[in-house]
Amino acid sequence: MRLILFLLTVLLTSQLYAADGKLIATPGISQIEGTGGGGFVPWAQLAGYGSRDEIAANVFCSGANVDDYDLRVCGAQATFYDRIEFSVAKQKFHVDTLDLDIKQRVLGVKARLYGDIVYSRFPQISLGIQHKKLDDPTVAFLLGADDDSGTDIYLSASKLHLGAIAGYNWLWNVTARSTEANQTGLLGFGNAANGNQRETVLEASTAILFGRHLALGIEYRQKPDNLDLKEDDWSNIFVAWFPNKVISVTAAWLDLGDIAGAKSQKGAYFSVTGYF
Amino acid sequence: MFTKFRYSFFMACYLALTACASTSEPTLYNKLGGEQGVNNIVENLIREIGQDEQIFHYFAEARVSRFRENLIEHFCAISDGPCQYTGDNMVDIHTGMNINESDFNHLVDLLINAMEAEGIPHRIQNQLLARLAPLRENIIYL
Repeated sequence: MRLILFLLTVLLTSQLYAADGKLIATPGISQIEGTGGGGFVPWAQLAGYGSRDEIAANVFCSGANVDDYDLRVCGAQATFYDRIEFSVAKQKFHVDTLDLDIKQRVLGVKARLYGDIVYSRFPQISLGIQHKKLDDPTVAFLLGADDDSGTDIYLSASKLHLGAIAGYNWLWNVTARSTEANQTGLLGFGNAANGNQRETVLEASTAILFGRHLALGIEYRQKPDNLDLKEDDWSNIFVAWFPNKVISVTAAWLDLGDIAGAKSQKGAYFSVTGYF
Repeated sequence: MFTKFRYSFFMACYLALTACASTSEPTLYNKLGGEQGVNNIVENLIREIGQDEQIFHYFAEARVSRFRENLIEHFCAISDGPCQYTGDNMVDIHTGMNINESDFNHLVDLLINAMEAEGIPHRIQNQLLARLAPLRENIIYL
């Protein structure tokens, strides 16, 4: 019911005003930490359809349900003149075995440094930060984390190649992230015994657009293992549907590996973004 | 032995290359339906622009017959058709129009509609867009 209300609001409001200066599907969707991107990976594109003369605002909600956990995220982005993107996200991570919720807030800023994903000769490049804070650090500290807040810094490059693969448009994005987060911060930051352990990890997404409205892709996100809990890299395969410049709907299949001792976490992901 | 292998390797490459050259791969122009196809796409685009509130004003003072002629020639030349573009260069045409990014992308959308109406497959549409995309820097914000 809440989702239906949310969708209706998006549709009605965007009739009044909507930034629509980019080509359909090119801004991508909203990743789990609230930044414009894929599902896991922040992309170089700034969120929403605003061109360099427009302001864009977007809202999103996503849910992931794997064997022993589920994650609910809602958030928003505001992008000014396709130059700078501000984002906020609230995450609720439910641990089935303990029946408890871990909540985290993420504030993000991303700036476009160079290029245009479609038109520039070289890939679009953006630099961003995500500042994360846990509401309650109990679980994180119990597992040996050093801190309940942390800041990721990332550099992303992405490009859409028109007609590149058998005539279909091909998108790729590569991101390097400097982070000390354990399971993206949901299990805190660093290791209390060893202090903060900032590390650079690589993340990548690639997709083929079958038509103007449908993208099929995969993502990979490397992760550190500060807590010595065998934290695994994440991957997903996704399909994203862009019926118009007002809404996008994404479904994915996730492979998150081991999380805090629970083996081989796999499951489904669903995400909706509304663009104004 | 090695020389013989090398010889046959080069021979195979040579044959592959000549085979490629002789079975003439259809040009993008052919895939767009040749002269008739390109004419129709341009005609559809002119109709789309004529009905468009957002960008019609850029074209309000253009002479339609001349615009049609130049665009057909341009699409023909850029898709490896048997034409040479003889119109003015992109920068000269667009200087003073101050076309913004959003309006440019809107024109791309109208061109997609025009190709759609002519029944051009998605994958062929992308190939024409790919060739036109580098022109953008000589068109916007001038």
